[in-house]
Amino acid sequence: MKSNIPWLIAAVTGCTMIVAWFVPVAKDWRDEAGTWYEILAAIAFVLGGANLFTQHLQKISARRAGWGYSAVTLVAFVGTLVVGLLKVGVIPDDPNYPWSGYHQEEGSALWWLFYYVYNPLTAAMFALLAFYVASAAFRAFRVKNAEATLLLSTAFIVLLGRTYAGAWLTSPVPDEYSALTFPGLTAIILGVFNTAGQRAIMIGIALGVAATSLKVLLGVDRSYLGSD
Amino acid sequence: MLDFLKNLDRRWIFLAMLLAVAIPVVMQKTFPEKPTKLVQDAFDAIENLPDESNVLFSFDYEPSTEGELAPMAKALIRHCCLKRHKMFFMTLWPGGLPLIEQNIEDIISKEYEEEHFARGKDYLNLGYNAGREVAIIVMGTNFKRMFPTDNDKIPLDDPTLPMAHDIDRLDDMDLIVDISAGYPGMKEWVQYAASPYGIKLVIASTAVQAPQAYPYYPNQLTGVLAAIKGAAEYEAALGEKYPKYRDPAFNDAIRRMAPQLWAHLLIIGLILLGNGIYFAERIKGTRR
Repeated sequence: MKSNIPWLIAAVTGCTMIVAWFVPVAKDWRDEAGTWYEILAAIAFVLGGANLFTQHLQKISARRAGWGYSAVTLVAFVGTLVVGLLKVGVIPDDPNYPWSGYHQEEGSALWWLFYYVYNPLTAAMFALLAFYVASAAFRAFRVKNAEATLLLSTAFIVLLGRTYAGAWLTSPVPDEYSALTFPGLTAIILGVFNTAGQRAIMIGIALGVAATSLKVLLGVDRSYLGSD
Repeated sequence: MLDFLKNLDRRWIFLAMLLAVAIPVVMQKTFPEKPTKLVQDAFDAIENLPDESNVLFSFDYEPSTEGELAPMAKALIRHCCLKRHKMFFMTLWPGGLPLIEQNIEDIISKEYEEEHFARGKDYLNLGYNAGREVAIIVMGTNFKRMFPTDNDKIPLDDPTLPMAHDIDRLDDMDLIVDISAGYPGMKEWVQYAASPYGIKLVIASTAVQAPQAYPYYPNQLTGVLAAIKGAAEYEAALGEKYPKYRDPAFNDAIRRMAPQLWAHLLIIGLILLGNGIYFAERIKGTRR
Protein backbone atom coordinates (compact mmCIF):
# COMPACT_ATOMS: atom_id res chain seq x y z
CA MET A 1 0.00 0.00 0.00
CA LYS A 2 2.82 2.35 0.99
CA SER A 3 4.41 2.11 -2.43
CA ASN A 4 1.29 1.33 -4.51
CA ILE A 5 -0.55 4.60 -3.84
CA PRO A 6 2.42 6.89 -4.62
CA TRP A 7 3.14 4.80 -7.74
CA LEU A 8 -0.51 5.08 -8.81
CA ILE A 9 -0.40 8.87 -8.40
CA ALA A 10 2.86 9.05 -10.41
CA ALA A 11 1.52 6.72 -13.11
CA VAL A 12 -1.83 8.51 -13.52
CA THR A 13 -0.17 11.95 -13.58
CA GLY A 14 2.55 10.82 -16.00
CA CYS A 15 0.03 9.17 -18.33
CA THR A 16 -2.16 12.30 -18.21
CA MET A 17 0.80 14.46 -19.27
CA ILE A 18 1.58 12.09 -22.17
CA VAL A 19 -2.03 11.73 -23.34
CA ALA A 20 -2.62 15.50 -23.16
CA TRP A 21 0.29 16.05 -25.52
CA PHE A 22 -1.56 14.13 -28.27
CA VAL A 23 -5.24 14.56 -27.31
CA PRO A 24 -6.35 18.20 -27.02
CA VAL A 25 -9.44 17.23 -24.98
CA ALA A 26 -7.15 16.14 -22.12
CA LYS A 27 -5.48 19.55 -22.00
CA ASP A 28 -7.46 20.62 -18.92
CA TRP A 29 -6.32 17.52 -17.00
CA ARG A 30 -2.73 18.39 -17.84
CA ASP A 31 -3.23 21.96 -16.61
CA GLU A 32 -4.75 20.57 -13.40
CA ALA A 33 -1.75 18.27 -12.92
CA GLY A 34 0.53 21.24 -13.59
CA THR A 35 -1.16 23.27 -10.86
CA TRP A 36 -0.71 20.39 -8.42
CA TYR A 37 2.94 20.10 -9.43
CA GLU A 38 3.43 23.80 -8.68
CA ILE A 39 1.87 23.34 -5.22
CA LEU A 40 4.02 20.27 -4.51
CA ALA A 41 7.17 22.06 -5.71
CA ALA A 42 6.42 24.90 -3.28
CA ILE A 43 5.86 22.39 -0.44
CA ALA A 44 9.19 20.77 -1.35
CA PHE A 45 10.87 24.04 -0.38
CA VAL A 46 9.39 23.72 3.12
CA LEU A 47 10.49 20.07 3.37
CA GLY A 48 13.96 21.01 2.10
CA GLY A 49 14.23 23.75 4.71
CA ALA A 50 13.07 21.42 7.50
CA ASN A 51 15.55 18.76 6.36
CA LEU A 52 18.40 21.27 6.27
CA PHE A 53 17.47 22.46 9.77
CA THR A 54 17.36 18.97 11.35
CA GLN A 55 20.52 17.72 9.61
CA HIS A 56 22.61 20.65 10.78
CA LEU A 57 21.04 20.63 14.25
CA GLN A 58 21.99 16.96 14.63
CA LYS A 59 25.54 17.72 13.52
CA ILE A 60 25.86 20.49 16.09
CA SER A 61 24.38 18.49 18.97
CA ALA A 62 26.67 15.52 18.17
CA ARG A 63 29.67 17.91 17.88
CA ARG A 64 30.67 16.19 14.64
CA ALA A 65 33.65 17.54 12.62
CA GLY A 66 32.81 20.91 11.05
CA TRP A 67 29.88 21.58 13.40
CA GLY A 68 30.89 25.25 13.51
CA TYR A 69 30.01 25.59 9.80
CA SER A 70 26.64 24.01 10.53
CA ALA A 71 26.08 26.64 13.24
CA VAL A 72 26.80 29.43 10.72
CA THR A 73 24.43 27.77 8.22
CA LEU A 74 21.66 27.54 10.82
CA VAL A 75 22.07 31.13 12.00
CA ALA A 76 21.98 32.37 8.39
CA PHE A 77 18.99 30.15 7.55
CA VAL A 78 16.92 31.06 10.59
CA GLY A 79 17.90 34.74 10.39
CA THR A 80 16.84 35.02 6.74
CA LEU A 81 13.62 33.09 7.36
CA VAL A 82 12.64 35.24 10.33
CA VAL A 83 13.32 38.63 8.69
CA GLY A 84 11.47 37.45 5.58
CA LEU A 85 8.42 36.05 7.36
CA LEU A 86 8.14 38.93 9.83
CA LYS A 87 8.80 41.48 7.04
CA VAL A 88 11.38 43.27 9.15
CA GLY A 89 11.91 46.83 7.89
CA VAL A 90 8.99 46.70 5.43
CA ILE A 91 6.83 49.82 5.41
CA PRO A 92 3.15 48.69 5.36
CA ASP A 93 1.07 49.67 2.31
CA ASP A 94 -1.89 50.15 4.61
CA PRO A 95 -1.20 51.46 8.17
CA ASN A 96 -4.13 49.39 9.48
CA TYR A 97 -2.41 46.18 8.37
CA PRO A 98 1.18 46.20 9.67
CA TRP A 99 2.24 43.24 7.48
CA SER A 100 0.68 44.51 4.27
CA GLY A 101 3.91 45.65 2.54
CA TYR A 102 5.98 43.77 -0.04
CA HIS A 103 8.35 41.36 1.74
CA GLN A 104 11.31 42.25 -0.49
CA GLU A 105 10.73 46.00 -0.52
CA GLU A 106 13.81 48.16 -1.11
CA GLY A 107 15.42 48.98 2.24
CA SER A 108 13.87 46.04 4.10
CA ALA A 109 16.04 43.58 6.03
CA LEU A 110 15.46 40.79 3.48
CA TRP A 111 16.34 43.14 0.61
CA TRP A 112 19.48 44.18 2.50
CA LEU A 113 20.49 40.54 3.10
CA PHE A 114 19.99 39.71 -0.57
CA TYR A 115 21.97 42.62 -1.98
CA TYR A 116 24.71 42.96 0.62
CA VAL A 117 25.24 39.37 1.80
CA TYR A 118 23.85 36.75 -0.60
CA ASN A 119 24.65 38.63 -3.81
CA PRO A 120 28.36 39.35 -3.15
CA LEU A 121 28.96 35.97 -1.49
CA THR A 122 27.62 33.89 -4.37
CA ALA A 123 29.31 36.13 -6.96
CA ALA A 124 32.62 35.76 -5.09
CA MET A 125 32.25 31.96 -4.98
CA PHE A 126 31.72 31.87 -8.74
CA ALA A 127 34.62 34.26 -9.37
CA LEU A 128 36.99 31.98 -7.42
CA LEU A 129 36.67 29.51 -10.29
CA ALA A 130 39.11 31.61 -12.35
CA PHE A 131 41.83 31.12 -9.72
CA TYR A 132 41.29 27.38 -9.41
CA VAL A 133 41.10 26.91 -13.19
CA ALA A 134 44.44 28.74 -13.57
CA SER A 135 46.06 26.60 -10.88
CA ALA A 136 44.62 23.37 -12.33
CA ALA A 137 45.73 24.35 -15.85
CA PHE A 138 49.31 24.70 -14.60
CA ARG A 139 49.38 21.43 -12.65
CA ALA A 140 47.16 18.99 -14.51
CA PHE A 141 46.95 19.87 -18.22
CA ARG A 142 49.77 17.70 -19.67
CA VAL A 143 50.45 16.60 -23.24
CA LYS A 144 50.81 12.94 -22.35
CA ASN A 145 49.14 11.31 -25.38
CA ALA A 146 47.34 12.04 -28.65
CA GLU A 147 43.97 12.66 -26.96
CA ALA A 148 45.49 15.16 -24.53
CA THR A 149 47.25 16.92 -27.42
CA LEU A 150 43.95 17.21 -29.29
CA LEU A 151 42.23 18.55 -26.19
CA LEU A 152 45.01 21.05 -25.56
CA SER A 153 45.02 22.30 -29.17
CA THR A 154 41.23 22.75 -29.07
CA ALA A 155 41.47 24.61 -25.75
CA PHE A 156 44.12 26.98 -27.14
CA ILE A 157 42.07 27.76 -30.24
CA VAL A 158 38.87 28.40 -28.28
CA LEU A 159 40.66 30.41 -25.54
CA LEU A 160 42.22 32.65 -28.20
CA GLY A 161 39.20 32.68 -30.49
CA ARG A 162 36.90 34.01 -27.76
CA THR A 163 39.08 37.10 -27.20
CA TYR A 164 40.45 39.95 -29.27
CA ALA A 165 43.91 38.28 -29.22
CA GLY A 166 42.66 35.60 -31.61
CA ALA A 167 41.28 38.12 -34.09
CA TRP A 168 44.44 40.23 -33.85
CA LEU A 169 46.89 37.34 -34.30
CA THR A 170 45.17 36.14 -37.46
CA SER A 171 44.22 39.57 -38.80
CA PRO A 172 46.51 39.26 -41.89
CA VAL A 173 44.45 36.26 -43.11
CA PRO A 174 42.30 37.36 -46.09
CA ASP A 175 38.51 37.41 -45.66
CA GLU A 176 37.96 34.48 -48.05
CA TYR A 177 40.01 32.32 -45.66
CA SER A 178 38.33 33.66 -42.51
CA ALA A 179 37.55 30.06 -41.47
CA LEU A 180 41.27 29.69 -40.78
CA THR A 181 41.40 32.54 -38.27
CA PHE A 182 41.13 31.80 -34.54
CA PRO A 183 37.52 33.11 -34.36
CA GLY A 184 36.70 31.12 -37.53
CA LEU A 185 38.21 27.92 -36.15
CA THR A 186 36.41 28.49 -32.84
CA ALA A 187 33.10 28.78 -34.70
CA ILE A 188 33.84 25.51 -36.53
CA ILE A 189 34.78 23.70 -33.30
CA LEU A 190 31.63 24.90 -31.53
CA GLY A 191 29.26 24.68 -34.49
CA VAL A 192 30.41 21.36 -35.97
CA PHE A 193 32.40 19.14 -33.60
CA ASN A 194 30.69 20.33 -30.42
CA THR A 195 27.23 20.18 -32.02
CA ALA A 196 27.79 16.65 -33.30
CA GLY A 197 28.98 15.47 -29.87
CA GLN A 198 26.20 17.27 -28.02
CA ARG A 199 23.52 15.84 -30.31
CA ALA A 200 24.84 12.32 -29.79
CA ILE A 201 24.78 12.80 -26.02
CA MET A 202 21.32 14.39 -26.12
CA ILE A 203 19.81 11.58 -28.20
CA GLY A 204 21.36 9.03 -25.84
CA ILE A 205 19.98 10.83 -22.79
CA ALA A 206 16.54 11.17 -24.41
CA LEU A 207 16.37 7.42 -25.07
CA GLY A 208 17.46 6.75 -21.48
CA VAL A 209 14.84 9.16 -20.11
CA ALA A 210 12.11 7.53 -22.22
CA ALA A 211 13.08 4.05 -20.99
CA THR A 212 13.32 5.16 -17.34
CA SER A 213 10.00 7.02 -17.55
CA LEU A 214 8.30 3.92 -18.90
CA LYS A 215 9.71 1.86 -16.03
CA VAL A 216 8.44 4.45 -13.52
CA LEU A 217 4.99 4.65 -15.10
CA LEU A 218 4.63 0.87 -15.19
CA GLY A 219 5.85 0.52 -11.63
CA VAL A 220 8.90 -1.56 -12.59
CA ASP A 221 11.24 1.01 -11.06
CA ARG A 222 10.08 2.24 -7.65
CA SER A 223 13.46 3.24 -6.29
CA TYR A 224 12.39 6.92 -6.25
CA LEU A 225 9.87 6.05 -3.52
CA GLY A 226 12.65 5.18 -1.07
CA SER A 227 13.68 1.89 0.50
CA ASP A 228 11.07 1.72 3.32
CA MET B 1 64.95 26.98 -11.31
CA LEU B 2 63.17 23.87 -12.53
CA ASP B 3 62.59 22.76 -8.94
CA PHE B 4 61.24 26.19 -8.03
CA LEU B 5 58.79 26.13 -10.94
CA LYS B 6 57.83 22.51 -10.28
CA ASN B 7 56.97 23.29 -6.67
CA LEU B 8 55.56 26.73 -7.44
CA ASP B 9 53.27 27.80 -4.63
CA ARG B 10 49.78 28.16 -6.07
CA ARG B 11 49.43 31.51 -4.34
CA TRP B 12 51.77 32.96 -7.00
CA ILE B 13 49.35 31.72 -9.64
CA PHE B 14 46.45 33.28 -7.74
CA LEU B 15 48.37 36.56 -7.57
CA ALA B 16 49.10 36.44 -11.31
CA MET B 17 45.39 35.84 -12.03
CA LEU B 18 44.42 38.71 -9.73
CA LEU B 19 46.77 41.07 -11.59
CA ALA B 20 45.70 39.76 -15.02
CA VAL B 21 42.11 40.68 -14.17
CA ALA B 22 42.59 43.74 -11.95
CA ILE B 23 45.00 45.76 -14.13
CA PRO B 24 42.75 45.77 -17.25
CA VAL B 25 39.77 46.63 -15.01
CA VAL B 26 41.66 49.69 -13.73
CA MET B 27 43.05 50.61 -17.18
CA GLN B 28 39.54 50.47 -18.77
CA LYS B 29 41.02 49.46 -22.13
CA THR B 30 38.46 48.09 -24.59
CA PHE B 31 38.78 46.17 -27.85
CA PRO B 32 36.53 46.20 -30.93
CA GLU B 33 33.89 43.49 -31.13
CA LYS B 34 32.23 42.13 -34.25
CA PRO B 35 28.90 40.30 -33.78
CA THR B 36 28.97 36.65 -34.85
CA LYS B 37 25.98 35.23 -36.72
CA LEU B 38 24.43 33.77 -33.56
CA VAL B 39 24.44 37.15 -31.84
CA GLN B 40 23.40 39.08 -34.97
CA ASP B 41 20.42 36.74 -35.36
CA ALA B 42 19.42 37.41 -31.75
CA PHE B 43 19.73 41.15 -32.38
CA ASP B 44 17.71 40.94 -35.60
CA ALA B 45 15.00 38.91 -33.85
CA ILE B 46 14.28 41.88 -31.58
CA GLU B 47 15.05 44.57 -34.15
CA ASN B 48 12.81 43.13 -36.88
CA LEU B 49 9.77 42.66 -34.65
CA PRO B 50 7.11 45.34 -35.23
CA ASP B 51 7.16 48.01 -32.51
CA GLU B 52 5.16 47.18 -29.38
CA SER B 53 5.43 43.42 -29.87
CA ASN B 54 5.04 41.10 -26.87
CA VAL B 55 8.39 39.90 -25.52
CA LEU B 56 8.60 37.48 -22.58
CA PHE B 57 11.79 37.62 -20.51
CA SER B 58 12.58 34.67 -18.26
CA PHE B 59 15.32 35.50 -15.76
CA ASP B 60 16.49 31.95 -15.02
CA TYR B 61 19.60 32.82 -13.06
CA GLU B 62 20.75 34.01 -9.66
CA PRO B 63 23.43 36.43 -8.41
CA SER B 64 26.21 33.81 -8.71
CA THR B 65 26.18 34.23 -12.50
CA GLU B 66 25.21 37.88 -12.56
CA GLY B 67 28.72 38.96 -13.62
CA GLU B 68 28.24 37.05 -16.85
CA LEU B 69 24.52 37.40 -17.48
CA ALA B 70 23.59 40.86 -16.18
CA PRO B 71 25.22 42.71 -19.13
CA MET B 72 23.16 40.55 -21.52
CA ALA B 73 19.95 41.25 -19.62
CA LYS B 74 20.65 44.98 -19.67
CA ALA B 75 21.49 45.11 -23.39
CA LEU B 76 18.42 43.04 -24.32
CA ILE B 77 16.08 45.17 -22.19
CA ARG B 78 17.57 48.38 -23.61
CA HIS B 79 16.95 47.08 -27.11
CA CYS B 80 13.32 46.22 -26.27
CA CYS B 81 12.85 49.68 -24.71
CA LEU B 82 14.15 51.31 -27.91
CA LYS B 83 11.61 49.34 -29.92
CA ARG B 84 8.92 50.00 -27.29
CA HIS B 85 8.17 46.28 -27.09
CA LYS B 86 5.83 45.18 -24.33
CA MET B 87 8.02 43.36 -21.85
CA PHE B 88 6.76 40.56 -19.59
CA PHE B 89 9.23 39.46 -16.91
CA MET B 90 9.15 36.14 -15.06
CA THR B 91 11.57 33.72 -13.42
CA LEU B 92 11.71 30.00 -12.70
CA TRP B 93 14.52 30.55 -10.17
CA PRO B 94 13.71 31.80 -6.64
CA GLY B 95 16.70 34.15 -6.63
CA GLY B 96 15.78 35.64 -9.98
CA LEU B 97 12.99 37.88 -8.73
CA PRO B 98 15.16 40.60 -7.12
CA LEU B 99 17.23 40.68 -10.33
CA ILE B 100 14.11 41.41 -12.37
CA GLU B 101 13.18 44.21 -9.97
CA GLN B 102 16.70 45.64 -10.13
CA ASN B 103 16.70 45.69 -13.95
CA ILE B 104 13.25 47.28 -14.11
CA GLU B 105 14.38 49.94 -11.64
CA ASP B 106 17.81 50.62 -13.18
CA ILE B 107 16.93 50.48 -16.86
CA ILE B 108 13.22 50.94 -17.50
CA SER B 109 12.51 53.40 -14.67
CA LYS B 110 15.79 55.35 -14.57
CA GLU B 111 17.52 55.15 -17.97
CA TYR B 112 14.28 55.54 -19.90
CA GLU B 113 12.62 57.90 -17.42
CA GLU B 114 11.71 60.36 -20.18
CA GLU B 115 9.95 57.66 -22.18
CA HIS B 116 7.48 57.19 -19.30
CA PHE B 117 7.17 53.42 -19.51
CA ALA B 118 4.18 52.38 -17.39
CA ARG B 119 3.78 49.18 -15.37
CA GLY B 120 0.97 47.11 -16.82
CA LYS B 121 0.98 49.03 -20.07
CA ASP B 122 4.58 48.75 -21.27
CA TYR B 123 6.13 46.23 -18.90
CA LEU B 124 4.93 43.73 -16.33
CA ASN B 125 6.67 41.79 -13.60
CA LEU B 126 4.94 38.40 -13.32
CA GLY B 127 7.31 37.21 -10.61
CA TYR B 128 8.51 33.75 -9.64
CA ASN B 129 6.86 30.44 -10.45
CA ALA B 130 7.98 27.26 -8.67
CA GLY B 131 6.61 24.96 -11.38
CA ARG B 132 9.84 24.61 -13.37
CA GLU B 133 9.28 22.96 -16.79
CA VAL B 134 5.69 22.08 -15.91
CA ALA B 135 5.01 25.82 -15.60
CA ILE B 136 6.20 26.26 -19.20
CA ILE B 137 4.04 23.35 -20.38
CA VAL B 138 0.88 24.78 -18.77
CA MET B 139 1.69 28.34 -19.92
CA GLY B 140 1.74 26.92 -23.46
CA THR B 141 -2.02 26.51 -23.46
CA ASN B 142 -3.18 28.40 -20.37
CA PHE B 143 -0.86 31.27 -19.49
CA LYS B 144 -3.01 32.74 -16.74
CA ARG B 145 -3.30 29.44 -14.91
CA MET B 146 0.38 29.68 -14.02
CA PHE B 147 0.35 33.45 -13.62
CA PRO B 148 -3.16 34.52 -12.53
CA THR B 149 -1.68 37.72 -11.05
CA ASP B 150 1.42 39.84 -11.47
CA ASN B 151 4.08 40.04 -8.76
CA ASP B 152 2.02 42.67 -6.89
CA LYS B 153 -0.90 40.19 -6.74
CA ILE B 154 -2.98 42.21 -9.18
CA PRO B 155 -5.07 39.90 -11.45
CA LEU B 156 -3.89 39.93 -15.06
CA ASP B 157 -7.44 40.81 -16.16
CA ASP B 158 -7.39 43.98 -14.05
CA PRO B 159 -7.98 47.19 -16.07
CA THR B 160 -4.63 48.57 -14.83
CA LEU B 161 -2.75 45.80 -16.70
CA PRO B 162 -4.04 46.17 -20.30
CA MET B 163 -0.95 44.58 -21.86
CA ALA B 164 -1.85 41.22 -20.26
CA HIS B 165 -5.49 41.10 -21.37
CA ASP B 166 -4.83 39.39 -24.70
CA ILE B 167 -2.26 36.93 -23.36
CA ASP B 168 -3.92 33.53 -23.10
CA ARG B 169 -1.23 31.21 -24.41
CA LEU B 170 2.54 31.25 -24.78
CA ASP B 171 2.28 31.77 -28.53
CA ASP B 172 0.63 35.12 -27.89
CA MET B 173 4.22 36.17 -27.23
CA ASP B 174 6.10 37.29 -30.33
CA LEU B 175 9.45 36.40 -28.81
CA ILE B 176 10.78 34.68 -25.71
CA VAL B 177 14.14 35.71 -24.27
CA ASP B 178 15.57 33.27 -21.76
CA ILE B 179 18.54 34.42 -19.70
CA SER B 180 19.72 31.08 -18.45
CA ALA B 181 22.31 29.71 -16.03
CA GLY B 182 21.13 26.08 -15.87
CA TYR B 183 18.06 24.04 -14.91
CA PRO B 184 15.29 25.05 -15.37
CA GLY B 185 16.25 27.24 -18.29
CA MET B 186 17.38 27.04 -21.87
CA LYS B 187 16.66 23.35 -22.58
CA GLU B 188 13.21 23.47 -20.99
CA TRP B 189 12.21 26.56 -22.97
CA VAL B 190 13.39 24.84 -26.17
CA GLN B 191 11.57 21.58 -25.42
CA TYR B 192 8.29 22.95 -24.11
CA ALA B 193 7.90 26.36 -25.80
CA ALA B 194 10.00 26.81 -28.95
CA SER B 195 9.64 23.28 -30.37
CA PRO B 196 5.91 22.56 -29.85
CA TYR B 197 4.59 26.04 -30.61
CA GLY B 198 7.24 27.39 -32.99
CA ILE B 199 7.74 30.51 -30.88
CA LYS B 200 10.92 32.46 -31.57
CA LEU B 201 13.37 31.94 -28.73
CA VAL B 202 16.57 33.84 -27.99
CA ILE B 203 18.96 32.46 -25.38
CA ALA B 204 21.47 34.35 -23.29
CA SER B 205 23.53 31.78 -21.45
CA THR B 206 26.63 31.24 -19.35
CA ALA B 207 29.81 29.93 -20.99
CA VAL B 208 29.49 26.48 -19.43
CA GLN B 209 25.96 26.03 -20.73
CA ALA B 210 26.49 27.57 -24.17
CA PRO B 211 27.81 24.42 -25.92
CA GLN B 212 24.46 22.75 -25.15
CA ALA B 213 22.65 25.50 -27.07
CA TYR B 214 24.45 24.99 -30.40
CA PRO B 215 22.52 21.82 -31.44
CA TYR B 216 19.25 23.81 -31.30
CA TYR B 217 20.44 26.67 -33.50
CA PRO B 218 19.02 27.89 -35.92
CA ASN B 219 15.80 25.83 -35.91
CA GLN B 220 14.59 25.95 -32.31
CA LEU B 221 16.77 28.85 -31.25
CA THR B 222 16.62 32.09 -33.21
CA GLY B 223 19.80 33.45 -31.66
CA VAL B 224 22.32 32.73 -28.94
CA LEU B 225 24.32 35.05 -26.70
CA ALA B 226 27.06 32.86 -25.27
CA ALA B 227 28.91 34.12 -22.21
CA ILE B 228 30.36 37.59 -21.71
CA LYS B 229 31.72 37.49 -25.29
CA GLY B 230 28.15 37.14 -26.60
CA ALA B 231 27.07 40.07 -24.43
CA ALA B 232 29.95 42.20 -25.75
CA GLU B 233 28.99 41.36 -29.33
CA TYR B 234 25.36 42.29 -28.60
CA GLU B 235 26.46 45.63 -27.16
CA ALA B 236 28.54 46.18 -30.31
CA ALA B 237 25.52 45.40 -32.50
CA LEU B 238 23.38 47.80 -30.45
CA GLY B 239 26.04 50.52 -30.76
CA GLU B 240 26.26 49.95 -34.51
CA LYS B 241 22.52 50.48 -34.99
CA TYR B 242 22.00 53.10 -32.26
CA PRO B 243 25.23 55.20 -31.94
CA LYS B 244 24.21 56.48 -28.48
CA TYR B 245 24.99 53.02 -27.14
CA ARG B 246 28.66 53.21 -28.09
CA ASP B 247 29.12 55.14 -24.85
CA PRO B 248 31.23 53.04 -22.42
CA ALA B 249 28.54 53.58 -19.76
CA PHE B 250 26.33 51.17 -21.75
CA ASN B 251 29.14 48.71 -22.54
CA ASP B 252 29.59 46.63 -19.38
CA ALA B 253 30.42 43.48 -21.34
CA ILE B 254 32.83 45.16 -23.78
CA ARG B 255 34.75 46.51 -20.77
CA ARG B 256 34.90 43.00 -19.29
CA MET B 257 36.50 41.53 -22.43
CA ALA B 258 39.94 43.02 -21.59
CA PRO B 259 40.22 41.18 -18.24
CA GLN B 260 38.97 38.06 -20.03
CA LEU B 261 41.67 38.46 -22.70
CA TRP B 262 44.49 38.66 -20.16
CA ALA B 263 43.03 35.85 -18.04
CA HIS B 264 42.88 33.59 -21.12
CA LEU B 265 46.46 34.50 -22.09
CA LEU B 266 47.62 33.76 -18.54
CA ILE B 267 45.94 30.34 -18.61
CA ILE B 268 47.58 29.56 -21.97
CA GLY B 269 50.94 30.69 -20.57
CA LEU B 270 50.48 28.52 -17.47
CA ILE B 271 49.59 25.45 -19.55
CA LEU B 272 52.69 26.00 -21.70
CA LEU B 273 54.86 26.51 -18.62
CA GLY B 274 53.43 23.41 -16.93
CA ASN B 275 54.13 21.33 -20.04
CA GLY B 276 57.61 22.85 -20.38
CA ILE B 277 58.42 21.66 -16.84
CA TYR B 278 56.91 18.25 -17.61
CA PHE B 279 59.06 17.75 -20.74
CA ALA B 280 62.20 19.16 -19.08
CA GLU B 281 61.76 16.60 -16.29
CA ARG B 282 61.27 13.78 -18.76
CA ILE B 283 64.43 14.75 -20.65
CA LYS B 284 66.32 14.99 -17.35
CA GLY B 285 65.01 11.55 -16.34
CA THR B 286 66.05 9.98 -19.68
CA ARG B 287 69.60 11.37 -19.38
CA ARG B 288 69.98 9.81 -15.95
